[in-house]
Amino acid sequence: MTNLLLDAEALYGELKQGVARLMTPDTVLVGIWSGGAWLAQRLNADLKTDRPVGTISSTLHRDDFGERGLGAVEAATSLPFEIDGARILLIDDVIASGRTIRAVVNELFDYGRPASVELAVMVDRGGRELPVAAAFAAAKLTLPATQRLSLAREPDGRFAFAVKETT
Amino acid sequence: MLARRNPQLNAHGELIHLLSIEGLPRAILTQILDTAGTFLSVNDRDVKKVPLLRGKSVFNLFFENSTRTRTTFEIAAKRLSADVINLDIAKSSASKGESLLDTIANLSAMHADMFVVRHSESGAPYLIAKHCAPHVHVVNAGDGRHAHPTQGLLDMYTIRHYKKSFNELTVSIVGDIVHSRVARSDIHALTTLGVPEIRAVGPKTLVPGDLRDMGVRVCHDMKEGVKDADVVIMLRLQNERMSGAMLPSAGEYFKSYGLTEDVLAHAKPDAIVMHPGPINRGVEIDSRVADGAHSVILPQVTFGIAVRMAVMSILAGNDA
Repeated sequence: MTNLLLDAEALYGELKQGVARLMTPDTVLVGIWSGGAWLAQRLNADLKTDRPVGTISSTLHRDDFGERGLGAVEAATSLPFEIDGARILLIDDVIASGRTIRAVVNELFDYGRPASVELAVMVDRGGRELPVAAAFAAAKLTLPATQRLSLAREPDGRFAFAVKETT
Repeated sequence: MLARRNPQLNAHGELIHLLSIEGLPRAILTQILDTAGTFLSVNDRDVKKVPLLRGKSVFNLFFENSTRTRTTFEIAAKRLSADVINLDIAKSSASKGESLLDTIANLSAMHADMFVVRHSESGAPYLIAKHCAPHVHVVNAGDGRHAHPTQGLLDMYTIRHYKKSFNELTVSIVGDIVHSRVARSDIHALTTLGVPEIRAVGPKTLVPGDLRDMGVRVCHDMKEGVKDADVVIMLRLQNERMSGAMLPSAGEYFKSYGLTEDVLAHAKPDAIVMHPGPINRGVEIDSRVADGAHSVILPQVTFGIAVRMAVMSILAGNDA
């Protein structure tokens, strides 16, 4: 089921401005697979950072591995720069419980000790279960817990939000 | 009659034990190979460990000796953060007369989550899988002449790594096919993954004609057997075979079926040479080939750890 309550392209514009304000001259963008990775790639190009962009996956550090199993295997972490001392800005499409961020921060530290880690998201849908906060969220809204919100990428590269009813 | 479910799969078709490659669908083999690719990169991290099996106990049960296989399973389990207990059963309970199932019952009482089993009897891992608790997973690390599925999978990973796809390959397996659980697992995996030409090469005493029933081309001439091959898998000639009537001598064998540079020249120019190890230099393979540009014998060992991590983590994520 698709729901058009969110204009993903307009929110991307907001996110780009927010991220531009958070960036320092040595900040590197790391997108959380999969939606956040698409966003980080496009942001890195649009903001002309001339630095490589990273992709990070929560798969190997998830706390629900026992229930979910390994899941998608194409979700591989790729961090083509030194992590020790880096200023990292994590990018994701949606934040809810904060558990993905916890797993991703663990994953990041397997590669080194960054100087700082911040987070920017397109949508903060509330429902936090851990003390995690985004430095910037393009939109804040409340959704029923049964609805799963995730970013989809259209064939032309434009973004759209997909809402799925879960039971 | 009720259709009997493959004991390796749960009702959802997910892998819960790895006992044999025979009967596993291509999608599961591909899932394991893809997952192994993810784990290969764990070796490049500062912290070469992920927490997927944290708090789980993996028991390595080696009723038959194998330092290399046991070590790679141990490393794989440790990189997944499992607690690993190595039991050299050949030297302990079994020699005191304890039955296999009593041994398993005792280890289960110690809260084992996974058994990695090597046994000289074909089918022993099946027996264990049938009698262990529902949450316990069993990995066959080689049973009798039957199967060695993780070796088969790491061989497939190696082939895919160098050849990218399976559907146009010629793969020659050379040596003691009749006693080889590796050959059997490789043949099942290659067939399932769509390799069009699989050859079994060796003397009549070691390469039985009934392999043709498995869709394998049987060759008793070495040069003909490796001609235009993309992949040459050499098997270890087990010394104990020399003593019987099966082979004249190691020297004679090397002359007819040893892989030398001259023989390898008949394969494709970009052919890869594989071997499950340990290699017998000058018996089945010449040193110049084993250490040469076509050899991928050491990468096989590295890939083996990633493949075993993939198998263990996939099993641990699936319920019976």
